[in-house]
Amino acid sequence: MSHTRRRLTREDTALPMERMNTEPPRLSVRERPLSPHLQVYRLPVTALLSIAHRITGVLLSLGLVALVLVLMSVVQGPSAYAPIHAFLSGIAGRILLWAWIAALLFHLSHGIRHLAWDTGHGFSRDSLTYYALGELAAALVLLLAVAVATIARS
Amino acid sequence: MKNYRTPLARARGLGSAREGLHDWWRQRVTAVALVPLGLWFAFSVALLPSASHAQLVAWINVPWNTLLLLSFILIVFYHTMLGLQVIIEDYVHLDWLKLAGILGVKLVISFLGLAAVYAILRIVFA
Repeated sequence: MSHTRRRLTREDTALPMERMNTEPPRLSVRERPLSPHLQVYRLPVTALLSIAHRITGVLLSLGLVALVLVLMSVVQGPSAYAPIHAFLSGIAGRILLWAWIAALLFHLSHGIRHLAWDTGHGFSRDSLTYYALGELAAALVLLLAVAVATIARS
Repeated sequence: MKNYRTPLARARGLGSAREGLHDWWRQRVTAVALVPLGLWFAFSVALLPSASHAQLVAWINVPWNTLLLLSFILIVFYHTMLGLQVIIEDYVHLDWLKLAGILGVKLVISFLGLAAVYAILRIVFA
């Protein structure tokens, strides 16, 4: 990224209405801070979790489509369910299923934090990373619990 | 000319989504309901690969499972619909495309939810 490009000035960013009001047109005003340059900006863990909440939300809805297909095949009978069962008990099916469960548990953990935020709590700057790691740990513990329960019951 | 409308009247219906406090609130209510239901479903669905057709039908026919599964499905599809709508509202800025996207999400999610409920009822009342 070359730095020879002219920095944005107030003239560039002002709305037309504002521009009309600034007389006479000044060429350079104090340089204003630009928003984070996304290609070189390292997202803090809180921002990563925030976008992960949306991404997992979208992935979880795709899983719901699969759930409908499974249920409809069960209705249609054992022969219709057979290929789906074969896929689910195969390695690809199991990986997708467990990825979906992990996404669900993460989305749930972060969702609880959203509910806490809605009550006005948990916004203090120094506790944010602490809670972010806590919620990742919670999702991991839940995933382990599901795994242990599954092994114990099957 | 003086504007006699109150500030509140002018603010109503504005904002990125024009309206939607109800949607915001329902998303929270469904989220609370999905904490226990989602955990229950996570523990249940993990057993899916090892279940035969007969075992699956028997499991869905257990009364509490039927009830929990139906609750989970109704609430999770509603929550999904609201969530996808928010994502479209946040990232799609062409008005017609936003409208088409939200309508599409609502229709597809409703259809899928209906299909899931229909399937469960067919299994239970077969």
